[in-house]
Amino acid sequence: MATLTMSRAPLGGFSFENCKRNAVLESEASKLGCSFPAARKTGTTICGVVFKDGVVLGADTRATEGMVVADKNCSKIHYISPNIYCCGAGTAADTEMTTQIISSNLELHGLSTGRTPRVVTANRMLKQMLFRYQGYIGAALVLGGVDCNGPHLYSIYPHGSTDKLPYVTMGSGSLAAMAVFEDRYKPNMEEEDAKQLVRDAIAAGIFNDLGSGSNIDLCVITKGNVDYLRPHDEANKKGVRLNELETVQLTGDYKYKRGTTAVLTKAVTPLDLELVAESVQTMDTS
Amino acid sequence: MALAPPLMPVFGRKISSKNDMVPNWSSQEVSTGTTIMAVEYDGGVVIGADSRTTTGAYIANRVTDKLTPIHDRIFCCRSGSAADTQAIADVVTYQLGFHSIELDEPPLVETAANLFRASCYRYREELTAGILVAGWDRRKGGQVYSVPVGGMLVRQPVSVGGSGSSYVYGFMDSNYKPGLSKDQCLELAAAALSLAMERDGSSGGVVRLATISEEGVERRVILGNQLPKFSTH
Repeated sequence: MATLTMSRAPLGGFSFENCKRNAVLESEASKLGCSFPAARKTGTTICGVVFKDGVVLGADTRATEGMVVADKNCSKIHYISPNIYCCGAGTAADTEMTTQIISSNLELHGLSTGRTPRVVTANRMLKQMLFRYQGYIGAALVLGGVDCNGPHLYSIYPHGSTDKLPYVTMGSGSLAAMAVFEDRYKPNMEEEDAKQLVRDAIAAGIFNDLGSGSNIDLCVITKGNVDYLRPHDEANKKGVRLNELETVQLTGDYKYKRGTTAVLTKAVTPLDLELVAESVQTMDTS
Repeated sequence: MALAPPLMPVFGRKISSKNDMVPNWSSQEVSTGTTIMAVEYDGGVVIGADSRTTTGAYIANRVTDKLTPIHDRIFCCRSGSAADTQAIADVVTYQLGFHSIELDEPPLVETAANLFRASCYRYREELTAGILVAGWDRRKGGQVYSVPVGGMLVRQPVSVGGSGSSYVYGFMDSNYKPGLSKDQCLELAAAALSLAMERDGSSGGVVRLATISEEGVERRVILGNQLPKFSTH
């Protein structure tokens, strides 16, 4: 008989219990010569803009581990609720888990209230959680969505402060993206103009910031509809390697043409199998 | 058992760590930098603030609203850490709203100020928050209370706060007189904020002003090109 278990309510404040264990593990690992894998950061350019009918969120797709690209096509636009999405910059694990936790809590909250969740609710949940952890959760987020009060866009910082603005950028490429926004943003844009503006802002981050790269993902949220465009723009397509002598495409094709290996002789032997014994084992289905 | 943060292992290296211009979200906290001020007049208060929020040398928000409503006739001006002041203001808004419903009466400005002081003093080691609480109530009219870093509480007829305040103490001392009218207070506030924004790198953007009186709250914005100009040569 399964017993109901209640998880203990958080005591409040950051739990430092595992820090001593981590420090001991790290010192022992370095004695053996191996090191901990570096936490994967998303480097990143993320941004969002409010237009006439909703919000457009954009993100690049590069995840870095130190100076090496860990993931060339990672997804940085996370689902929060059917009408709310959140882009994440900073430590990849932190943004992923934080958005998943708030998404789960928001769904329960929505079932409890009987209403579609509001963007301001998601914002408050995120900022209160991040403030509780005093900046140790490295999640810098761009939260956008459309609810009964219209389109909303928030930027949320790791320490728990938030800003409600018509256009925001976050991540290492935020300065490049903000330059594009400050130049070309207009209130009440059309959807296509807004998508082009966000695309250009992310492209500015991709091409001018080392921590951002690969493709551009877009998410267009309007009342009653979400277009998750992944990828919207493959800004960095891997080049095709050609063989100089034959100009034949080498990349990716590992099949050999029929006739590469010459057939000398062919002998076909049909195998006649005769039934020797047959036994039936009944299955006990009682 | 509580352990100090330095024992925590540090993960990863940053791609552009040397460049201070690119904001590093994890290490640099968002600060409101700021110049804020509040002045009492007969019948209410005038409050004002600049609109700049910085992360290191980058301006994260150039149109911030640092005049936060706590109740219908009570506002607070926030300076210091953006996260800390937003969190404290949210907590006090809840506490004051609850208290006001229990009382079945609009709350006193002194009550709001004391709630701020309670949080700011109790967590003084963890917080960086300099707050001006200002508003109007029926008992004492317009009041300004200052709750600086550390959690002191003092009522003052006029108060300035934030990093830009250092540049305008002289201006305030020489230009403020008791018995100013509402419009004179507004002019004084606009002038003081412009002077501070001119000199302090962490203050800038637009000037946000608000008047709180028995009739209600009146908000206005003075854009950069409309600020009072002072010759500097």
